[in-house]
Amino acid sequence: MPTLAHYLVLSAVLFCIGTAGVFVRRNLITILLSIEIMLNAVNLSFVAFGRALGSVDGQIIVFFVMTVAAAEAAVGLAIVIGLFRHRESLNPDTFTSLKW
Amino acid sequence: MLLLIPLLPLVGFVLNASFGRRLTKTAAAVIACGAMLVSFAISVAGVAQLVARGPESRFIAQRVFTWITSGDFSVGLTLRLDPLSSVMILVITGIGLLIHVYSTAYMHEETDAEYARYFSYLNLFAAFMLVLVLGANFLVMFVGWEGVGLCSYLLIGFWYQKQSASDAGKKAFIVNRIGDWGFILGVLLTFVRFGSLDFQDVARSAAGLSPETAFGTMSVITLLLFVGAAGKSAQIPLYVWLPDAMEGPTPVSALIHAATMVTAGVYMIGRNAVLFSHAPLTLTIVAIIGTATALMAGTIGLVQNDIKRVLAYSTVSQLGYMFLAMGVGAYASGIFHLYTHAFFKALLFLGSGAVIHALAGEQDMRKMGGLRKELPVTYWTFVVGAVAIAGIPPFAGFFSKDEILYRTYASGHIVLWVVGVLTALLTATYMFRLVFMTFHGDRAPEAHTEPRAEVSHHANHLHDAPPAMAVALIVLAIGSVAAGWVGIGGRFEHFLEPSFGATAAEAVEGGPETTLMIVSVVVALAGIGIAAYFFLVNRRAADRAALQLSGVHRLLSNKYYVDEVYDAAIVQPIHIVSEDGLWKGVDVGVIDRAVNGVAAAVAGGGDVLRRLQTGSVRAYAASIFLGGVLILGYFLWM
Repeated sequence: MPTLAHYLVLSAVLFCIGTAGVFVRRNLITILLSIEIMLNAVNLSFVAFGRALGSVDGQIIVFFVMTVAAAEAAVGLAIVIGLFRHRESLNPDTFTSLKW
Repeated sequence: MLLLIPLLPLVGFVLNASFGRRLTKTAAAVIACGAMLVSFAISVAGVAQLVARGPESRFIAQRVFTWITSGDFSVGLTLRLDPLSSVMILVITGIGLLIHVYSTAYMHEETDAEYARYFSYLNLFAAFMLVLVLGANFLVMFVGWEGVGLCSYLLIGFWYQKQSASDAGKKAFIVNRIGDWGFILGVLLTFVRFGSLDFQDVARSAAGLSPETAFGTMSVITLLLFVGAAGKSAQIPLYVWLPDAMEGPTPVSALIHAATMVTAGVYMIGRNAVLFSHAPLTLTIVAIIGTATALMAGTIGLVQNDIKRVLAYSTVSQLGYMFLAMGVGAYASGIFHLYTHAFFKALLFLGSGAVIHALAGEQDMRKMGGLRKELPVTYWTFVVGAVAIAGIPPFAGFFSKDEILYRTYASGHIVLWVVGVLTALLTATYMFRLVFMTFHGDRAPEAHTEPRAEVSHHANHLHDAPPAMAVALIVLAIGSVAAGWVGIGGRFEHFLEPSFGATAAEAVEGGPETTLMIVSVVVALAGIGIAAYFFLVNRRAADRAALQLSGVHRLLSNKYYVDEVYDAAIVQPIHIVSEDGLWKGVDVGVIDRAVNGVAAAVAGGGDVLRRLQTGSVRAYAASIFLGGVLILGYFLWM
């Protein structure tokens, strides 16, 4: 029988994988996917806490996070397409012209 | 009804100032003169109403609105007509009207717009001067006081394209500011001491106190007020602006710098007679300053060659007489001299204006002479004015000046009386020196070459005063003869008594009045005789005397070097402190450097910090992550 601790460990592991993905990967789409993993790691901890505490608040907030994630994915992918059309590249290091 | 008296000239000012550019000269003149005429008529009606009442209830007050209310302090825009202000409003509107009429001819060579501007200033001046004398409390008086100062500045600098005229305007304004500083401090102290600014309330409170023998609050108040009076009425040490004020048009000199505005200081002391009577120390100072000014200005007037400057120093000298009268407690005599002086000094200024007008701007008396045949009206009216100021009976100046000298003698100030008589001698001498140099003898040849080209036809046959000017001259000449008669038998003094309170009305013990009168007349005749000998009979003797006393002559010609001393002692130090200290030191060194330093620090900091903006998305993500970890760490472990 998995306990709260198991869920939280899994959530932490997923969050670390997502964070590492954001830093390590050189492809904008993969980075977006990594961000989704991070968000879902957080979602997991929310529902785990909700169940452990017998409250629906955790589940409600997950719906909000999913909505925001969907919107973020839509906007993010649109920007990625725009960038790709502009530079023929998906490597974030090619988009550094917005600096001092 | 009282409100209309100052309001009408104000309306005239607004009309001429707003639409002056589009008005013809006739329209502008009709507006300005009409406003003064109606104002004069209302003044006469008001004074008639006042005279009809009993001496006890001789004041008419009108509270237009409540101006300032703060706690138990309340000041209304209140006008009050009493015997003292009734004398003043008649002088201001009456002589003001004549000078307006005179100006219509004198200023006729100006363009339409300038002409309207001139009359708008003149109307504005009349409005403020009437507010000054009708104001029932210190604050309303102060409004008029500042207003006439402004108009004086505007009119002295009327020909502002001329550097000397605009400088003279600034000088008048700045010197007056020093006096105003004293005046407003005196007003504040009056309020602190008496809790009211209304003249009647203050006089009533002060009357209940015993006169100060030592230097107390009332002495300080009166002394501060006297500083204000000295600034406005050109007394030592603040008289320096008045001779320079002659840069303005001559009718302005007649109205503002002879007949009305410069007498505001005398009026103000008269208005606060009860207060001054309770501060004998201040009164002594007033008398001494007045006498010293009278003598000093008289001696300077003796050697000046500019016709208007002689009259300017004569004005300063006569104002000194008025302050002498105030200082010995003869308030009514001072106001009486103010009133007669307004007639003959306005006449003399307007006469000199007619001469200057005929000679197309020439003011140097050495280039004049022999004008009596060509300018008969001007000549005869001028002689009347000169006789009046010299103090020959039955002309106006005799009555008032003799009265002042008599009251000075009777009050026991023998030294001041001697100086006063000496000044009377000087007055007669410099005035007839002016008459003889201008109207008698032969014209110096260069007078013909001096006039401007477009009016060179003037040089051959000079035109006497045109009708508008002649009317003003003749009316004023009649006034200069007859104005003194109202004072015979002390009627004038008696009329003014309610304004000065009981303290000023003390009876003068009998004195050698007739003897003193004869002395005055003999002195005046002697002065005329001296002038006649040196400048009519034996002109060379005058030059020889000037040569023999060249040191004295140089001292007097340079006006005792007072302007130079002020320049070295006050103007230059202020200049140096302002330029080297405040400008180059404080402003450039401290303020500018602080402002620029802050800007440079911000720019330098920005230069360093902008390196953080790498443009790399991953670097930003890393810093966000790091920040999140730090905040989380802080909450978990701290």
